[in-house]
Parts: sequence; structure tokens; C-alpha cells
Amino acid sequence: MTMVLNPILLMTFFPLVGAAVILFFKSEQKSAIRWTALITSLVTFGLSLWVLAAYGRQDVGIHRLWFRIAGLPIHFHMAVDGLNILMVLLTTFLTPLAVLSTWKAVEERVKGFMIFFLLLEVGMLGVFLALDLVLFYIFWEFTLIPMYFLIGLWGGERRIYAAVKFFLFTMAGSVIMLLAILYLGWNAKTFDLPALLAARDSFAAAQIPLFAAFALAFAIKVPMWPLHTWLPDAHVEAPTAGSVILAGVLLKMGAYGFLRFNLLLFPQASLQLAPWMAGLAVIGILYGAAVAYTQKDVKKLVAYSSVSHLGFVMLGIFALNAEGLSGAILQMVNHGLSTGALFLMVGFLYERRHTRLMESFGGLWKSVPVLAALALIVSLSSMGLPGLNGFVGEFTILTGAFGSAALGSPWFAGLSTLGVILAAVYLLHMMEKVFLGPITHAENRSLPDLSPRELAVILPLLVVIFWIGLYPKPFFGLIEPGVAQILAAVQSAALALH
Amino acid sequence: MLLSETLQNPAVSLVPWVVFLPLIGLVINLVLGQRLGEKFVGAVASLAALAAFGVAVVLAVTLAGEPGVGKFHLLDWIQVGGLNLGWDFRVDTLSVTMMLVVAGVGSLIHIYATAYMHSDVRHNGDPSRYRRFFVYFNLFILAMMILVSADSYLMLFVGWEGVGLCSYLLIGFWFEKGADGTANAKAAKKAFVVNRVGDFGLLLAMFLLFWNFKSLSFDEIFAQAPALAQAAPGVVLAVTLFMLLGVAGKSAQLPLFVWLPDAMAGPTPVSALIHAATMVTAGVYLVARSSPLYLEVPAAQQAVMWVGALTALFAATIAVAQNDIKKVLAYSTISQLGFMVAAVGMTAYVAGMFHLITHAFFKALLFLSAGSVILGLEHGHAHSHNGHNGHEEDHFDPQDMRNMGGLQGRMKTTFWVYLIGALALAGIAPLSGFFSKDEILAAALHTSPAIFALLIAAAFLTAFYMGRQVFLVFFGRPRSTAAEHAVESPALITVPLILLALLSALGGALNLPKIYTLEHWLEHSLQHSLVVEFNLTVAVGSVLLALTAIALAWWLYGKRQMRASDPDPLAAPLGGLFRALQNKWWVDELYQAVIVRPYHALASWLSGPVDSTGIDGIANGLGQLTHWAAGSLRRIQTGYVRTYVLVVLFGVVLMLAFLAFN
Repeated sequence: MTMVLNPILLMTFFPLVGAAVILFFKSEQKSAIRWTALITSLVTFGLSLWVLAAYGRQDVGIHRLWFRIAGLPIHFHMAVDGLNILMVLLTTFLTPLAVLSTWKAVEERVKGFMIFFLLLEVGMLGVFLALDLVLFYIFWEFTLIPMYFLIGLWGGERRIYAAVKFFLFTMAGSVIMLLAILYLGWNAKTFDLPALLAARDSFAAAQIPLFAAFALAFAIKVPMWPLHTWLPDAHVEAPTAGSVILAGVLLKMGAYGFLRFNLLLFPQASLQLAPWMAGLAVIGILYGAAVAYTQKDVKKLVAYSSVSHLGFVMLGIFALNAEGLSGAILQMVNHGLSTGALFLMVGFLYERRHTRLMESFGGLWKSVPVLAALALIVSLSSMGLPGLNGFVGEFTILTGAFGSAALGSPWFAGLSTLGVILAAVYLLHMMEKVFLGPITHAENRSLPDLSPRELAVILPLLVVIFWIGLYPKPFFGLIEPGVAQILAAVQSAALALH
Repeated sequence: MLLSETLQNPAVSLVPWVVFLPLIGLVINLVLGQRLGEKFVGAVASLAALAAFGVAVVLAVTLAGEPGVGKFHLLDWIQVGGLNLGWDFRVDTLSVTMMLVVAGVGSLIHIYATAYMHSDVRHNGDPSRYRRFFVYFNLFILAMMILVSADSYLMLFVGWEGVGLCSYLLIGFWFEKGADGTANAKAAKKAFVVNRVGDFGLLLAMFLLFWNFKSLSFDEIFAQAPALAQAAPGVVLAVTLFMLLGVAGKSAQLPLFVWLPDAMAGPTPVSALIHAATMVTAGVYLVARSSPLYLEVPAAQQAVMWVGALTALFAATIAVAQNDIKKVLAYSTISQLGFMVAAVGMTAYVAGMFHLITHAFFKALLFLSAGSVILGLEHGHAHSHNGHNGHEEDHFDPQDMRNMGGLQGRMKTTFWVYLIGALALAGIAPLSGFFSKDEILAAALHTSPAIFALLIAAAFLTAFYMGRQVFLVFFGRPRSTAAEHAVESPALITVPLILLALLSALGGALNLPKIYTLEHWLEHSLQHSLVVEFNLTVAVGSVLLALTAIALAWWLYGKRQMRASDPDPLAAPLGGLFRALQNKWWVDELYQAVIVRPYHALASWLSGPVDSTGIDGIANGLGQLTHWAAGSLRRIQTGYVRTYVLVVLFGVVLMLAFLAFN
């Protein structure tokens, strides 16, 4: 049974143990359920550190034949590498924080909530670690179910609409991706990613449509403009912890999909279509920032800011050089931290005032100075203030895009840099409306400041926000082999094209 | 051409402490400040600034012994692809000069603020913010030190945006005050956003630098600059022009100066330290630091020079018609920054740095003295209020010069130091401003008659509006009961003022004609600075001109006794022009109409018709087509969570079992 001792397998499926334990509690034992969920997710985080320690020392992956469909082998292949290690850590790091944030926010049906939450973690880890297309697809679809219920059952007023919209958008993309996966498997006689990479020539002729089929699924998930309209609804209706995971991890699955599959499987199409993808990314950056500025609901503002930020990630990916790709992967982490923290802040406000409309706030710095100061730091991280994490990612991405050979023009980066101004506009607008100015509503006068539990949720995020801002070296170090793999694929494709 | 003797002196390794010391100060205050009280907080913050000054002095002494460039690598930072950046500090005469100014003037202002903020937090009704002020203040010193001690453009940018953040925090220090309770918060946001426009330029400059030089560190870029200017002159021109956008933002030049007057919403020590003496001069420092780039492109020099000279005159005209004591000084600061920017544009880097230093002395002095005046008036107002019980003076503005008058008798020390500061700014010999401004004027005469004309006109207006201010504030009879009862400020306030007055009076000695101490000091960092010999005609002429302007100010504002409600004596003769000056040439209104409102309209259009109706409408339309899917999904929603949970869990277990037994 060495398989069970495999760190990757143990980490990925450990949350199931917690979920199974919770199953035995009575619904009224809320406290026991919460603690079980928290401890489970903390142990999972610990296991992910084991995976991190093992990564690089030895091959910790698991790779074996699973079953066959119509004679085609499906492999149970999971492994950790430069492309997914940070995503795994981000997932296991954010999950306990999100669980801890629900202590007071989720009072109804705690049992079901926590089980879905832990199942979601399994699905997300599986998505990032799976290296067989069918296995990947199973995990990919699997994440839909818990998230659908988290929004649909614990969400706000329009939760059903938002949940169905989330489900349908994602399904629409996934179905087409499934067709592409089947085509690939049929042609190459395998779904295993390394084997497919070796057999790239067998589907070289169909690169562009295959790229498009995968890209559609991933672009919806990211989301890229103009496929983004499910996101604000999902965020506004989702419970806080759901938003944290949605923004923090689920959106990254889209960007990760581009890196892992589009760039590696179809490098020629990636090169050919890079300016188009980057063009959509630039639109997303500016459009998301402008629309965020007009929102009255703080949560919607943060949701649209995600559209803008993920635009930077996509721009970095399709810069297709070392700076752009490394910056993009780091920025995926940064966005998870900053936007996750922003959603937590919005959640804290909501728990105090049961509203998210900016007009209901104003002058809160006076009543909740600690919350306000931390919200400012998080906003600054989100708008890319140097010294904090967001800047390192944005600067590397923009530098990469500015001189990218694949994009062939500095205009992509030049226009995107305008997003730096616009981010300050909408985030400081939010700071002004919520925290500055005089207190205009009597009920805001005596709000409680952050509790120790809430501080425990937010402080770990701040530590990493500063860490990446001041000393990102270890993070870039983890990314590097993954970026090198993509660059090698892109370079050979460039040679083939010319 | 570049001085490359590396300084191996162990003192160089002290340089990160100019950043660490204020960091320690702010952390101590953050953790312990609330418990240990105001005296402790003020002392820790001031000592942190003083200690940083001590480090700067040690570095200066080291450099005086063996001039060169010292470097200190603290930590790796961004190393990815071709980017190779560290937290690298640079010790040369230019960076150490800035450190001395920042920490020296900064320390005096910290000490002053310990007393000033004691009153200010009580006047504004929230004593708990005393600690917060000094945390921000130390944070500012920290960020400014990063800016001036950086050895690469990117680390400079860290400080550059860091000081912008401190500016934001301190402008919005009383974030619930100002007109409608929102004016201060809006002023803070405006400062940050306008600065970000400038930072946009600086970012683009860095992208260009990186891809053309494969580096962002100063020496590597400067060493290749001549070659690249030969091969691709357009690139160097673009870099320097994008940088100029950053300079215009940070140093409040045309067209991005609009944030600085609003920034006066911050407490007065903030105006003195950040918005007069140090942060706003960062743009001048940037051009001086980048001189090897600017020297390669005359067109960029021209652009810098014109921006500076036009700003100098433009802002001076506005200062003439302001009634708020701090607004006058704010426009004066913009105008003087224009002098410095014009100087570095003319490649007269030493003259620009010289004026930067003397201006730090006398403008910090003027702002702090203005703070003393405001305190005096607030006391007088509170005193006279105890006698009355009416509400007629509820809207009393202690910063409006029309409410002042006759303060020379009641606030003697403040009056004398203010006078020294004003005369130094007006360029009266032998005060410091005379020498530094004269070097700029002489360089302008040497470079371009048009620039000289702009600057000399600005100098005339400078002497005029300072004369106007001194006469309105200190001479004549008091024009309000508050002014009648004004009281002199305590020693913690007046002692720093006296020290700054001494520096303002004697600062010219730094670079006296024929001796040129500063020039010889800075030539180790700025090799190709334009040096124009002392020009007696210019010197005598400019002093005479200044005296004429002061006489004119006396004739208009000093000769007759005025009442608070009287219109400005210039209003009638200048007519519409005066209204234009009073309204700051309507630049804010123009930007509102051309930039702010259109952006808002565009954003609303995108979020309404485009996003909700257009894009989401199409998506929802597709959703209608697949309505059956949604319908069938709804059918499986039994509403029982445990059903869903069980179904899902069952699926997972099935999958695992499949794996285990296959």
C-alpha cells in the first residue's frame, strides 16, 4: 500500500476523511462540525507542505493505468511540478482561512456546508494535479457540483439564478472541451499528458480548433472578457467563504488550464493566436476597471476588479516569455491572496451591517480602525503598490508583455499600464466611500472592530502579501521549471512556424 | 566618463539603517504607542528620524574623506527571466545630500510636530490620532529614504510610490473633515490618482529601459547610454519624456500640479515636510540622477526646461490672488519646484539641487511658521469665544489671511522667522534663496532668453505675493478678534523655527560664488552639470526687482488699513484677470469637464448598456434557449442538503474504489 503513503494522494483526498467524519455528527453539533472542517483543512495544508518538501527531491507523482474506454487507456496520473505547486499551496492555504471565516457567517445547515467545502477542496487539488485529460476532466466537472450548491443553498437573494448561471456557463465551455479531449485521445490513442506531448505531431493539423475548444472552457472560467458576466452574479450571491474560494482558486483553474494544456499541447496555435488572446486580456483589464468603478455594491466592485486582474494574468501568459509567464503564475497567487482578502473584508462588513452597498457605509475608519487599516493594505496590494505582492506580479507581467516577441508590439503592455491608474481610481473610490469621510449612518458609529478570530483569518494573508512583495525569490524559484517547460515548447513551435 | 571608483569603506554597510531606523520607530509606536502616551510617541518618532540623520552624517563624512560610489546589496528581489533586481543601496554624494535634507529637515519637523499635533488632535477632537500621525510620519521618512538611496530605477520606484502612499494617508489624516466632511478624503484620493498618472509614465520609461539596456540599475544603464543614444535616439528620448511625466506628477508641474494645492488639507507639518521640503522634490532628484540620459537628448532637456519655467510663472500668478495662508505657500512651492525643474532641464544640476536644499529650509520654515500663526489664531479664537456665547464666528477660518493682521506684536518670534523665510524666498541678498535662485537665473540667461524672461517674471511675482502675505498677516491692525487675542506658540515649536531660520539665512554659504562647496561635493555624482559664473548684473537686477515687488505689495497691502470684508485691492484694477487668478485659471474645472466626467460617463455606459444589457443580455438570451436545462436542474433540487451531500460523496467514494481495486 505504498500508494496510500504517496503525499500527493494523501493530501488530495484527505479532506474526504474530514467530510466522512462530519457525516457522523448531528446537524446541531455545529461547533464540532466547524472544528472538524478546520482541522481537516489545516492537516491538508500540512500535507501540502510535505508535498512541497518532496517536490524537487524525488518523483512524488502517481502514474498507473486506471481503466479503459473503448480500448483507450485512462491513466490515474497526478504529479506536482512548477506549473501547479503554487496553485496547490494556494488552495490548501486559503481553504482553512475560508472555513474559519464562516464561524459566524454560516449558521444554517453547517454540516452540509462544510462537507461541500471539503469536497470542493478535493476537486480543486485534483484539477491542478491531474495529468491525464480524462482524470482532469472528471475533477474539473466535479468542482462544479459543490460550488453550485454552495451558491445555490447558502447564497443571497438571487442565489438560484446565480448558481444556475454559473453552472450553465461553465458547462457550455466544458462540453466543447470534452469533445476536444475525445478527439485528442482518439488520435493519439492516449489521454496521458506526457504521451500526448510526445505525440504532438499527430494532431498538429488541428491545432487551431483544438486550441479554441480548450480556450473556450478556460476563458469562461478565468473569466476573460466578454465571457465574464456569470462572475459578478456568482460573487454577489455566494457566501463569503464561497467568494474567497471562487476568486482565490476556481478562477485560477482557467488560467492554469491555458498554461497546462493550451500552451503545452498547442504551442503553435498559442503563438499564432497570442495577439488575439492578449487583445482580449487588455480589453478585460480596462473594461473591468471601468465597470468596477461604477458599482454601488462593494462585492460587485471586487468582482469586476477580478475581471481586470485576471486580464493581467492572461496578458502575461500570452506574452509567452519568461518574464510574462512567471509574472502571470505569481499574479495568480497574488490575486488569490489580495482578492480573497478583499472578499473577507467585505464579508466582515456584511456580518456587521447586513448590507454591502457603499452608500450604507462612510467614515468607518473611525469606528473600526483596524479593519479599515487592513482593508487599505489589502487594497494597496490589489492596486500594485510596490513593496507588496501585487506589484511584483504586475511589473513582471507588464515588462514581459512590453518586449514580447509573440505579441510583437509594446501597445498591449502600454495600454494595460493604464489599468494601474484605473485600479487606483476604483479602489480608492471604494476606500473613500466606505472608510473615509464622516459617519453618515448612526448604526455605523459603534461597530465592533475585528475579533481575534477575524484577525486570525486575515493576518496569514497579510504575511504572505508582504513576503511576496519584498522577497518573491522562493516563489519564482518554484515556478521556474514549469515556465522553462512552456518556453521550450513555444520555442520549438516558433522554429517550426518559420 | 563615469566615476567608477567603488567605495569599499565599511561605513557604507550602514546605509540600510536610514530605512531600518524609521521602521523601528514606527513599529515601536504601533505596538506600544497607545499604552505609553504622547510624550513617548513623539520622542520615539523624533529619535528615529534623528538617528537616520546621524547615519546620513556618518555617510557624508565618509564620502568627504574618499569620494566615490558605495554600494550595498541587502537582499535579492525580483530575479526572473532577464530581470535581475536586488534591494541595492547606493551611497554617493547626490544620494547622501538628499538623505541629509530628508532626515535633517525631517527631524526638525518631527520635533515641531510633537507640539503642533498635541494641539491639532485636540482642536480636531480626536487625541487618539496622535500616535497614528507619527507612525505615518516615520513611514514617510522610510519611503523617502528608499527613494533617495536606491541603486536602481525599480527600487527608486518603491520609494516613489511609498511616499505617495504616505502623502495620501496624511492628506486624509482628518478624513472626516473639510467641506461637506468629504473634502479631505477627496483631496487625498486626488493626490494619489494624479500621481499615478505620473507613475504610469515612469513605468513605461522602465519598460523601455529594461528592454533596451537589459537592466534597471543606474550604472549599467548610464554606461550604455551614449551608445544607445547613437543607435536609437528615439528610445532615449521616449524614456526621458515618459520620466518627465513622472516628474510632473510627483513634483507638481504642469499639467499634473493640481493635486498639490488640495494637499494642504493635511496638517501643517505634513505640508512642510512632504509637500514642500522633501517628497515633491523627488522629481528634481530623478532628473538629476538620470542626468547621463538627459545629457544625451537635447530635446528632452528642452521639454523639462519649458515645463519647469512655465510652471514657475503659472503657479506664481495664482499665488498672487489666494487668501488662504497655506494655499499661497502651496502655489509658491509649485512655482519654486518649477525653478528647480527648469534648472535641471538646462543641465544646471547643481543649481537645481542647491535650490532644492535652500528651498527645503525656507519653505519648511514658512509652512511651520504658518502653522504657528494658525495655532495662534485658533487659541485667540478659542479665547475670544469664551467671552462671547454667540455663533457668529462659527465659520471662522484660522487660515484666511483676511482674518489676520497685526500679528507681529503678539507673535514676535513667529514674525521674525517668517520674515526671514519670506525674504529668503523672495531672493533678497544675502539670504539663502538669493544665491540659489541667482544661479538658476544666471544659467537661464546663458541658455535661453525666453526661459530667463519667464523665470524673472516668476521671481518678481514671488517677491510680490510674499510681500502681500507678510503685510496681510503681520502688519496693520488685527482684522478679527481671534487675531487680537493670538498668542505665541511654545518653545517646542519656536525652537525648530529658529533653527530653520538660521539655515534659511545662512544656507547660501553652501555654494558661495568662487568657493562652490556644494558643486565640488556634487561633481562626484553629477559630472556634466552646467556651471555659469556668478553674474553681478543678474544678481543686482533680481534683488532690485524683488525690492520693487515688495514695495508694490506694501503700497497695495501695507500702506492702508484694511477690514476683513474689504475686496482685494487688486480685484478692481485687474478685473476678470483677477477672477481668473482667484479661480486658479479654472484648471480643476477643465479637468473635471475633459477627463473626470467623460470617464465617469464612459464607465457608466460600459456598465449599463454594454455590460448589463448587451453582453449579459446575450448570455441570458442563450440561457432562455437552454431553459429546459435549467428546468431539469431545478427538478433534482429536492431541497434536502443531505440528499445532495450523500449523492456527491457516494460518487467520490465510487471513484476511489474504482482506483483502488482496478
